[in-house]
Amino acid sequence: MIITLNHYLLLAAMLFCIGLYAALAKKNAISILMGIELMLNACIINLVAFNRFMAPDMVVGHVFGIFVIALAAAEVAVGLALVLTVYRDLLSVNIDDFNWLKW
Amino acid sequence: MSVSTIVFWIIAAVVLGSAISVVTAQNLVHAALFMVLTFFGVSGLYVLLEADFLAVVQILIYVGAIAVLIVFGVMLTQRKGMEETNVSSSHKWVTGILVTILMVGFAYAVTRTPWQVSDHAAPESTVGLIGELMLTRFVIPFEIVGILLLVAVLGAIILTKGARRLP
Amino acid sequence: MTQFAIDNSWLIPFMPALAFIMIVFFLRKAPQASALFSIACIFTSFVLALGVVGGILANPTTTEHSVTWFSMPGVSLEMGTLIDPISGMMVFVVTLIALLVQIYSIGYMENDPGYSTYFAYQSLFAMSMLGLVVSNNFLQMFVFWELVGLCSYLLIGFWFYKHSAREAAKKAFITNRVGDFGFLLGILFLQILFGTLNFTDLADIIPTYTNIGLLTVVALLVFAGPIGKSGQFPLHVWLPDAMEGPTPVSALIHAATMVVAGVYLIARAFFLFVAVPNALMVIAYVGGFTAFFAATIAITQNDIKRILAYSTLSQLGYMVMALGVGGLTASMFHLMTHAFFKALLFLGAGSVIHALHNKQDIWEMGGLAPKMPVTTKTFVIAALALAGIFPLAGFWSKDEILLAALSNGYTGLYLIGTFVAFLTAFYMFRLVFVAFYGEPNPENHPHESPKVMTVPLIVLACLSVVGGLVGMPWLKTNFGSYIYFGEAHHGYSLSIMLTSTLVALAGIYLAYLMYYKKTISAEAIAHRFQPIYKLLYNKYYIDEIYQWFINRVVDGAGRVAYWVDLYVVDGVVNGLANGTKWGGYLVRYLQTGQTQHYGMVLIAAVVVIVILLGLIDPSMGIFAGGGAK
Repeated sequence: MIITLNHYLLLAAMLFCIGLYAALAKKNAISILMGIELMLNACIINLVAFNRFMAPDMVVGHVFGIFVIALAAAEVAVGLALVLTVYRDLLSVNIDDFNWLKW
Repeated sequence: MSVSTIVFWIIAAVVLGSAISVVTAQNLVHAALFMVLTFFGVSGLYVLLEADFLAVVQILIYVGAIAVLIVFGVMLTQRKGMEETNVSSSHKWVTGILVTILMVGFAYAVTRTPWQVSDHAAPESTVGLIGELMLTRFVIPFEIVGILLLVAVLGAIILTKGARRLP
Repeated sequence: MTQFAIDNSWLIPFMPALAFIMIVFFLRKAPQASALFSIACIFTSFVLALGVVGGILANPTTTEHSVTWFSMPGVSLEMGTLIDPISGMMVFVVTLIALLVQIYSIGYMENDPGYSTYFAYQSLFAMSMLGLVVSNNFLQMFVFWELVGLCSYLLIGFWFYKHSAREAAKKAFITNRVGDFGFLLGILFLQILFGTLNFTDLADIIPTYTNIGLLTVVALLVFAGPIGKSGQFPLHVWLPDAMEGPTPVSALIHAATMVVAGVYLIARAFFLFVAVPNALMVIAYVGGFTAFFAATIAITQNDIKRILAYSTLSQLGYMVMALGVGGLTASMFHLMTHAFFKALLFLGAGSVIHALHNKQDIWEMGGLAPKMPVTTKTFVIAALALAGIFPLAGFWSKDEILLAALSNGYTGLYLIGTFVAFLTAFYMFRLVFVAFYGEPNPENHPHESPKVMTVPLIVLACLSVVGGLVGMPWLKTNFGSYIYFGEAHHGYSLSIMLTSTLVALAGIYLAYLMYYKKTISAEAIAHRFQPIYKLLYNKYYIDEIYQWFINRVVDGAGRVAYWVDLYVVDGVVNGLANGTKWGGYLVRYLQTGQTQHYGMVLIAAVVVIVILLGLIDPSMGIFAGGGAK
């Protein structure tokens, strides 16, 4: 049995769905950040897999993967800063308590 | 069945199993550690995909920086005990169904699409190629990412410390 | 001089307008200066009017000057003056009466707190009336028509602190609205049908127009204006109530000038009415009926000014009837003579009221003759003139009307006219005998009015005596040689003259017997014909019928409309608003404020869109894409 592109893509899709579930269904803000990291990882797997199977002699997918990693680092830094700021005000990281968007 | 196939299945099992554990673990610290494990697994996948440089970067940044940041975040926000710190919301079933449907859609799309696969071999080492691309063709995105990181760092500092007007 | 006056006839209305502006803006604080300035201006107009009359007597032509007011595609409106014998006569009468009344008002309105305002209104009225008279088109006439209505409203309600005056002013204004609405519709019809409102142009076009049915409607709509303004039945109700205004106002506006504006309008637009005989017939019968109707009411009234008011209505009916039967000359002639003696009657009544400190009931007067000789003499002259006694003014004009009615085949109207002449003589001398020669009322200490009031009376008395002579049928060139429609004709009938004189004398004699000698008891007759007397005394209950109509029908319709507005219109509007509001209440529970819920909806929407795309056309959808080439 040969591992094809589909295997990698399905694996990435599953990882993405797990991350999405974490982002949408967890109460803790930090869990949500972790979910987002999982989703970003799934994206990078896709990029690299496409690169490997469809244009192996170019490394454009890798370059994009590095960019995404940089974005993820920036995202998690700002995200954690936001969580900490909110935590100072509410003494809570429970996303159910953040309901300022209400009417 | 070749070795790489076996390795892929093992790594896939590790990645998915640890990712599910990230979601299901009741203790947030455990979840963070499972996430680190996921990152390692993904790094292994990169090795299988012959992306050696990216695998190293994955470990360096994700495991070395982001995971540590997350753990710091956990440490700074959890005052009481760590039990029951990673619970799901009341709408988890709805989310679960939604995510399942999405997964089915992905699977359908992926399997239905006739991918045009190339049979070229991957280059021996990717580092040199990546560096060349980054400083030639992708120099502007590269610079922009640098600025983005700078802004993100400044933003994180200002958000946590608060901005103060100069005298 | 005469040519100057004719060519610059716009100055005639302009002078009182100047007075109005000066008084309103500069002279308000100086009552005497206001009065003098106002009189000076109207005197200038009067001199100009004399010039116009002189010019017309020398050369009876039509002079028209106009400027374009504004124009747009399809409509061109102008303002201008039209001087011909009719408007020349009217200008003369209006300026003369206005001048005399303003002089008289110096005495009558003495010590009134609104002295300056009064003269401002008088000037405004004179301006409007003169503007109406010299108009060369319907629209300009309508503008001034409304302005005189406004002045009438202001002057009826001059003593606005009196409730009855306020009510009367409103009544006059609203009743006139009804007629003016018809008039306006008529004007719009004319503009649409003929594309011009100019009298001269219309006079050329209308005889060639063939759709007589539509033209009849237009003519009757235009006639609605005179019905309101000239107090014809059934819109006569405002005129008796208008007597709440100061008496000189009644003399000027509600007897001599403004109320004849309607008659003047019919005469001015006579080409329109002549083209439709049916409309003319309606006019004749409305006028005849009004003449009879108002005269019967007048014989039972007790208020001196109300008697005169009903008399005015009756005489206006006469004029309208004369126009209806085709006697333009007779109508205009009667308009002029009536202006003289009716103004005199009102001013005389004002003199009496002034002397008796606002008593108006004739039964509370009595025995005024020795104390107020000038007033009495002039009043009796006016009464004789109104009754139509030879050779006073009313005799000539009334005979002209009766002759016109008879010679044009309206025998019924002739008989009514003759009977009305009898009633007129009777009620006028009932008034004279009761108020001036009756038992003196010991409460009263009458005194003759000052010179400033009696001199206008004397002038008007002279005019009442000689004013009719210009229309003597035996003259080679008389009134009818200048003012006529179609062809001038001279004619007279000795039998008509004799009959009307005898009838008038009979009326006077009956009044003499009943109210001076008292050989016939008025009370007994009133008692015998109790229902008729009550009917007449209550003015045929017209006011009550209108009140009923307004209370029941108009208010009822208003209540229905109110209900509809409240529950149907507002219901729809409020229902929409409430539906939105409750919808908002329901929908706002979707807004939980939870970012995750929003995110879930977002993802769900993406899923749905993807599925739909896949279902609609899988081959064209995103699934067929990817890296496939």
